[in-house]
Amino acid sequence: MASMIQQISAVTGMNLRNVPSRWGASLVVVVGIGGVVGVLVALLAMAEGFRATLASTGRDDRAIVLRGGSKDELGSVMLREQAQIVADAPGVRRNADGKPLALFELYMLTDLAKPDDPSPNNVVVRGTSPAVLDVRNEAHIVQGRMFQTGLREVVVGRGASGQFVNLSVGSKVEIRDGQWDVVGIFESGGDVHESELWVDADVLMAASRRGAFNSVSLELENAGAYQKFRDALTADPRLTVNVQREPEYYASRSSALSTFITVLGYSVAIIMAIGAVFGALNTMYVAVSARSVEIATLRAIGFSNGPVIISVLAEALLLALAGGVIGAVISYIIFNGYSVSTLNMQTFSQVAFAFRVTPALVQEGLILALVLGFIGGLFPAVRAARLPVVEALRAA
Amino acid sequence: MKFIPLIWATLWRRKPRTILTMASVIVAFLLYAMLTAVQAAFGAGVKVAGADRLVTMGRYSLTEILPYSHWTQVKTLPGVANVTVANWFGGVYKDERNFFPQFAVDGETYLDIYPEIVISPEQRKAFLDTRTGVIVAKSLAERFGWKLGDKLPIQSTIWPLKNGTNLWTFDIVGIFDTQKPEDRSQFEMLLMRQEYFDEARQFANGTIGWMVVKVKDPSQAPQMAKNIDAMFKNSAHETRTETEKAFNQSFVKQMGDIGMIITSILGAVFFTLLLLTGNTMMQSVRDRIPELAVLKTIGFSDRSVLLLVLAESAFLCIGAALVGIVLAMLILPGLAAHIPGFTGLALTGPAFALAVGIAFALTLVVGAIPATRAMRLNIVNALSGH
Repeated sequence: MASMIQQISAVTGMNLRNVPSRWGASLVVVVGIGGVVGVLVALLAMAEGFRATLASTGRDDRAIVLRGGSKDELGSVMLREQAQIVADAPGVRRNADGKPLALFELYMLTDLAKPDDPSPNNVVVRGTSPAVLDVRNEAHIVQGRMFQTGLREVVVGRGASGQFVNLSVGSKVEIRDGQWDVVGIFESGGDVHESELWVDADVLMAASRRGAFNSVSLELENAGAYQKFRDALTADPRLTVNVQREPEYYASRSSALSTFITVLGYSVAIIMAIGAVFGALNTMYVAVSARSVEIATLRAIGFSNGPVIISVLAEALLLALAGGVIGAVISYIIFNGYSVSTLNMQTFSQVAFAFRVTPALVQEGLILALVLGFIGGLFPAVRAARLPVVEALRAA
Repeated sequence: MKFIPLIWATLWRRKPRTILTMASVIVAFLLYAMLTAVQAAFGAGVKVAGADRLVTMGRYSLTEILPYSHWTQVKTLPGVANVTVANWFGGVYKDERNFFPQFAVDGETYLDIYPEIVISPEQRKAFLDTRTGVIVAKSLAERFGWKLGDKLPIQSTIWPLKNGTNLWTFDIVGIFDTQKPEDRSQFEMLLMRQEYFDEARQFANGTIGWMVVKVKDPSQAPQMAKNIDAMFKNSAHETRTETEKAFNQSFVKQMGDIGMIITSILGAVFFTLLLLTGNTMMQSVRDRIPELAVLKTIGFSDRSVLLLVLAESAFLCIGAALVGIVLAMLILPGLAAHIPGFTGLALTGPAFALAVGIAFALTLVVGAIPATRAMRLNIVNALSGH
């Protein structure tokens, strides 16, 4: 056993010391696999960034109420009387003054341009009240101040302010019926609300000549109060509503886009991986044939097949791992934190999010690299072991 | 021509190597063809857009509603040939995943303004005569197994009926196709009657979603857009009018960086491929140095040796590229049938031409170094080195 390990380390060591002399061919494996891992990690980082943005939106102890049959806020209508019934339902948390922590909100879109392109993008304008900072208490103003009730003032989510023009404090933006003043920037833990503009609901209602809200978001006494709250609303004959916990609602509004990005990422990576396996196989076959005399000599002087197979496999795995690390690192440098904004068809609105190259993704990329290296090394390794010693030596 | 057997023989000198190299080139071009088809499908609307059509919507967003009277006002504007109205219905057939667009439109004017939609005169008449009638794209009818005369239940997510319920039931009175098959995905939709929709819905009655305006003179389209918007300036419902092309383009652009992402994926793929194939070619020339020297000894000129190696590279790259593209052409229709909204998924002419161009460039790039090396080969050194 000890001699076996000695053999393996001797052959593998010799093999690896030889890699620099075959640099060109080895580079093919490194770059080929690096490309596959880089693309896979980048695409999955996009899916992960989007998922993280949606997953961090909403809390278990909050609920959103829409008109019965509506799937999203844009397609929902809530009359003021209905919204009031919802806010007064059992299970809703109340503040020190005994008022329910509920937001009667408008959800509209306005067209804004990106800096490099004048064409319009559907950006969410949420009509709400300054109490929004108490109900969505993960949100806070990071620059400027909150909008004042009764004024045409806007606070902008950090994601939106990074993606669209005229959204810095002090500039003016078209919302409805003319221009409104941007007075502040808010953050809310990187969730979807950071892609929105927040304004005073009553002012927006007047400016858009609308008579009803779109949704009611509220804080429950605790996460367990949800059932009580929901049952009370569903039993109420004055209402037909769709009640959901916030995380469920936001997850359901992003399923199509998440699936699309993930499927795209994996299909491209699989096809590329097939190409890279061919490349790796090619390189390792070349490496084996270049070393056929050496391998035959080793076998002639008594080395067994195992160490020879393992040495070829080890070379392939090491090259693949190097490729994987390079691909993941490049992907990380270029894409980690890279912010994009895209149209979520399910809400018909823009959502900004940042790519996230997480350790789990890097791990996934490296595992793929090793799998490719293993396949690419296995067949040539077996060929090396089967090499007829006499013929190989005679050919030299 | 007489050298083809020679090229062929050298190409298969080391079978596994050639097969593996070809396989990776095939895979790269397969990926290229499929990704560009997806990209083209995203941009399909821009191509379909009529130069004589304008879209008029709310100034701040397409989702604003406009008063019905806007329609009658635009009709009277000089230079306007025809105007139709449309609304987004946003219903669900059985499951949200069965998504397809549904529009409530003014039947007669809509079908006049969109000659791309082909429907038999009888079915057109049935649509205009049946209040609850709808016409659907042929590809949708095939996907969901709908037939003429079927009752179609659609669960509305935006517009409840007068009684507050959400289930609308329509009658399928027509199944339409498009003039050109490649336009199918752009018109994969359901059309219902605006009159019925407006009367039956619970709120927002007397409003429209947006208008499509056909102008008499396409060269006047930008000016007409300004005239329409000027007409509603400072009214309670200001408008924004764009050419249909700009309107469709803005949707593609809203998707964001899909084009950029696809281009960078392809860049990474081709770079990897270049390295791979180039390396194989170098290796193959290095292996054959004595053979090439023999060729030169028996009278092959430097130029013919150069061309021989380049021809080999061409066989490898262009041959494999064509195989990859043909494979994609075989796969795409099957794939398209399974992805809603991508019915027209196919490789376009320009994409095909570009693929061939890339294959040519690839041939030159990977062939250049080995070919010059072969050309400059010194016979004595090459033979004595062995």
